[in-house]
Amino acid sequence: MFSSFMMDTWTVATIAAMVAGVVGFFIVMRGSAFVADAVPQGAFAGAAGASLIGINTLIGLGVFALGGALGIGWLGRRSRHDVATALALVVMLGLGALFLSMSTEYAPEIYALLFGEVLGVSASEVAPVAVIGAACIGAIIVLYRPLLLSSVLPELGEARGVRSHRIEMCFLVVVALATSMALPVVGALLIFSLMIGPPAAARSFTDNPLLAMILSVVIALVTVWSAIAASFLWNWPVGFFVGSLGAVSYAIGRGWAWWRSTRAVRGGPRQALAW
Amino acid sequence: MTHLLRSIVEPGFLGNQPVRVALLVGGLVAVVSGIVGTFTVLRGQAFAGHALADVGATGGSGAFLVGINPLFGFVGIGIAAAGVMELIGIRRPRGRDLATGIVLGAGLGLAALFLYLDATFSNTTGATITVLFGSMFVISSSLVPMIAALSLLALAVVLVLYRQLLLSSVSSDLAFARGVPVRLTGVLYLLALAVAVSLSALTIGAILSTALLVGPAATALRLTARPGMAMILSALIGLAATWLGVLLSFDSFYWPPRQHGWPVSFFVVSLIFVFYLMAQPLGRRSGSRTETSGNRAGRTACSRAS
Repeated sequence: MFSSFMMDTWTVATIAAMVAGVVGFFIVMRGSAFVADAVPQGAFAGAAGASLIGINTLIGLGVFALGGALGIGWLGRRSRHDVATALALVVMLGLGALFLSMSTEYAPEIYALLFGEVLGVSASEVAPVAVIGAACIGAIIVLYRPLLLSSVLPELGEARGVRSHRIEMCFLVVVALATSMALPVVGALLIFSLMIGPPAAARSFTDNPLLAMILSVVIALVTVWSAIAASFLWNWPVGFFVGSLGAVSYAIGRGWAWWRSTRAVRGGPRQALAW
Repeated sequence: MTHLLRSIVEPGFLGNQPVRVALLVGGLVAVVSGIVGTFTVLRGQAFAGHALADVGATGGSGAFLVGINPLFGFVGIGIAAAGVMELIGIRRPRGRDLATGIVLGAGLGLAALFLYLDATFSNTTGATITVLFGSMFVISSSLVPMIAALSLLALAVVLVLYRQLLLSSVSSDLAFARGVPVRLTGVLYLLALAVAVSLSALTIGAILSTALLVGPAATALRLTARPGMAMILSALIGLAATWLGVLLSFDSFYWPPRQHGWPVSFFVVSLIFVFYLMAQPLGRRSGSRTETSGNRAGRTACSRAS
């Protein structure tokens, strides 16, 4: 399991989990789960396009993820956010269907892109993933205060001079980067459950944002590591383990919050209603 | 004139059996999705609609695995997912999106497993692509009556609940005050949505399902502020996009790069997107700039109901 060819997978997966934990925390705070689903799925179309014209799939992923994120931001200015997201997503997927029909790739390769492939990580991918991952976390650190303010209290943020649309655009770019980086490992359809499950679970354990973020990274790391180990042992797809562990951790988080709130109600109303 | 028409509509277009089924079923799905989708857009549930379509892949691949009719897989998993979403869904919209996301993540994880087992045990790798992308030209015509019946059922639920849905979509407080069972209405709508969406995902693929659910409705709500009118317009827009898409796809057989034909979903999605963008300047002329037309539609409905 820890032989040399697996080391690249472990490295990339660890970086991906850390970034997903940090970025996902804000996705959950801002309630933009749909964006986190749409950007990776749309980016998959970019990978199909890249393989059609014969360039590195990571470039295709990046271009489509960025284009999709900016498109969501641009459309979202003028209409409802979920409608904008859905439209951007289907346009990208429509292009993906076109690329797929033109290319001669076999289904298993597409399957690997959609659902992730543990052994699909090569040594040459480690460096770009590390750089992009560091860029994402750096961007979140720089944006931390305005992002938090505009996520929790958008009106107060506006009053304090936080340009919420600009922040939104920056955040979407970060999501796009994080997506295109993590996609080859856990797959287009499941990078987002890594961005949703662990942070949502972490939020039900604590109200402190910084603590929740750290907890979310920890849960994401545990999820990814056990998913890869389980996938290596039983040869089942890694996406299955990531998806179900995400749901399980969320269920545990909700159970904990519920238990705490019933106890708090009995003890006194002061600390009830963490959610 | 006939010459021009013939160069657009290939001879043999209407005589072709798969094309006729595609026109019939695609049209039906487009109309149902357009009408159901109006409320999806008004209620801000586009994510739920999309997630239910995607989760259909789980049911489809699971049905492949155990060897039952994929229709039951799609509809069953859709209803189950809608139920779980409602169960863990929190009242605030943000929490609702989160619940949708969790269900979708778990569902896709299962789909990955089922597809993997499918590919291993029954050697049907093609199933992945069929489930995810679907194609209008490979609908088996034996399924058509069942699909028609179930989608009409979903449509009937939405039409019967029209007033309650409208009121609770605009303001749940107002609806509650007027004695509308808000939560029950929401559950029933989500179930109708699940049936409609999983059927369309089965017949035309998950991409087109979302596109037809959200695109025409959003376009229509930009053009008119009256909800009833928006439903009719949305159905018509969806129908137009679907039929034009089928026609273009049929024509594209002779287009480069090779004799293969471009996918229907590409054309339909592009048409829907173009319609949506075109509706922007039109809608702006008839309404104020700052308000989204969804809100306007809601307000009109509100003033009429009270």
